[in-house]
Amino acid sequence: MTPGSPAAEALLEVRGLTRRFGALAAVDGLDFAVRRGELFGLVGPDGAGKTTTLRMLAGVLRPTAGDALLGGVSVARDPERVKPRLAYMAQRFGLYADLTVRENLDFYADLYRVPRAERAARYERLFRFSSLGPFQGRLAGRLSGGMKQKLGLSCALVHQPELLLLDEPTFGVDPISRRDLWLIVHEMVAQGVTVVVSTAYMDEAERFDRLAFLHRGRVLALDTPAALQGGLAGEILALRAPDPRAALAAARALPEVRRAAQFGDRVHVTVGAAERDAPAVRAGLAAAGVAALALEPVAPSLEDVFIERIAAAEPAPGPAAGGAS
Amino acid sequence: MDDVSFAVAPREVFGFLGPNGAGKTTTIKMLAGLLLPSSGGGSVAGFDIATGTESIKRSIGYMSQLFSLYGDLTVEENLQFFSGLYGVPRARRAGRRDWVLEMAGLTEHRRRLTRELPLGWKQRLALGSAVLHEPPILFLDEPTSGVDPISRRAFWELIHALAGQGTTVFVSTHYMEEAENCHRLALMNRGRLIALDAPARLRAGMREPILEVRAADSPRVAEALRDAPGVLEAGMFGRAVHVMVEDAAVARRAVLERLAARGLRVDGIAEVEPSLEDVFVAKVRAAGGAVAE
Repeated sequence: MTPGSPAAEALLEVRGLTRRFGALAAVDGLDFAVRRGELFGLVGPDGAGKTTTLRMLAGVLRPTAGDALLGGVSVARDPERVKPRLAYMAQRFGLYADLTVRENLDFYADLYRVPRAERAARYERLFRFSSLGPFQGRLAGRLSGGMKQKLGLSCALVHQPELLLLDEPTFGVDPISRRDLWLIVHEMVAQGVTVVVSTAYMDEAERFDRLAFLHRGRVLALDTPAALQGGLAGEILALRAPDPRAALAAARALPEVRRAAQFGDRVHVTVGAAERDAPAVRAGLAAAGVAALALEPVAPSLEDVFIERIAAAEPAPGPAAGGAS
Repeated sequence: MDDVSFAVAPREVFGFLGPNGAGKTTTIKMLAGLLLPSSGGGSVAGFDIATGTESIKRSIGYMSQLFSLYGDLTVEENLQFFSGLYGVPRARRAGRRDWVLEMAGLTEHRRRLTRELPLGWKQRLALGSAVLHEPPILFLDEPTSGVDPISRRAFWELIHALAGQGTTVFVSTHYMEEAENCHRLALMNRGRLIALDAPARLRAGMREPILEVRAADSPRVAEALRDAPGVLEAGMFGRAVHVMVEDAAVARRAVLERLAARGLRVDGIAEVEPSLEDVFVAKVRAAGGAVAE
């Protein structure tokens, strides 16, 4: 489903949202809608506009043009009415290093006026997913990076927001904490909270109900992960060869091959139709002296899709392939 | 950084993989002769990292997360500047500059101001600057942090091209997927080396089987399985749950029983090949679960 999905089911509607810094349009006319209860991803590299977008949605940065409506309330005109309905975790969340885990939670619970009677149950639930329970008495300044992120997320969730905005919550976090963080996020979604998360990690993109690929302030594609993967022009063959670099160079020279890229010890070769083109690719590689140990169709990754969309949007000059010779 | 030992062969692309704070940057700085070890030692290109730091600096190229390019110089001027800095002989400078421009795909953009370049191009220019003096050893500290996937792939091709020509490359990353591009990988956590091998061998060498459970309510499934019998670890992996177990057949039954008892429906359960993330989690557990301390 693309922007313009029925307004009745949208919690958040983004319309022509734009932010310029001097001559640079960091966010350039975004249009999309996020449905109530959805886990929605903003996926893209640094400089794509993820943080600027989230700051505008959170009501802390005024758009240069356009607007976003949270349940019909404008973030541009009425940010103070939007803020109580959402929780926003910036990349650097404001934890108090000299307060304990428990005291940080209490601080945010006071700030958001969470009734005292409800706190014990809410903390208990947050501790269950964050694995922070045994560390309640530890100073926040003495937590590992991943545990700080989990505490930041827990603090953002002490009140029950309708919308949760998370800016790269897993960036540089160890894999175990990363799993815990995602568990908390999914738990919130299961409870009906609408969540918008930004990430630069392609391997996280498949978790989202829907995602927008952002590149240079614009939406390059927006859909469910399955629809994006299904919409890739062409199909992918995974090639294993004793010398992947030689295989890569040989594959690129073949007329059937639209694109080829190395993934560790494999080469992903994009062709028009995998079954049809595999014999010609195999023969072409053999003629070039490359023995294919395996050549089989694989499902495209979201990274394959993103790369195709960037290439289609801007045929930018890359490095000369094999130019270092 | 605590007690790390390893040896790296010429032409190898050797990776340091770990989260922020794992000690990757500190290790690279010590190897590059920028930081003295508190104890222990090592040698780089035959020079001692404690006493031979000046000789090491002449044998290496170094590129940090914050590339040291001059934004108000053109691409060409930056290369000229670094040629001087690295003592490239005058007669060779034009040739080296053209080689780097070609390698980095920047020949047409040689007269542009560096600050106007997209991040991915700056990164290739920074890499080019670091190899102007043809160092046999190259240190790259999280060089691909935050760049788009096209630039990242292009960058890895350059790394492998340089290795193919004889350069030994050390590279650090916190991207699990990207680490697959290294010949060998040092997994680091909290300043310790927790595993070291080729990516494929790390995955193949994992003793604990991984069961992938597909279910509509995967967060609840993960939570329900964390303390199930025979289960070592359970966590979200994409939309599925990856469950690290002692024995696949035994645990499979225990998992299904536990989920049935909790009223959680299962759409599928199968043993899968472990990902590097699974390996990392298993090694951290084996080292005493240090991440969560």
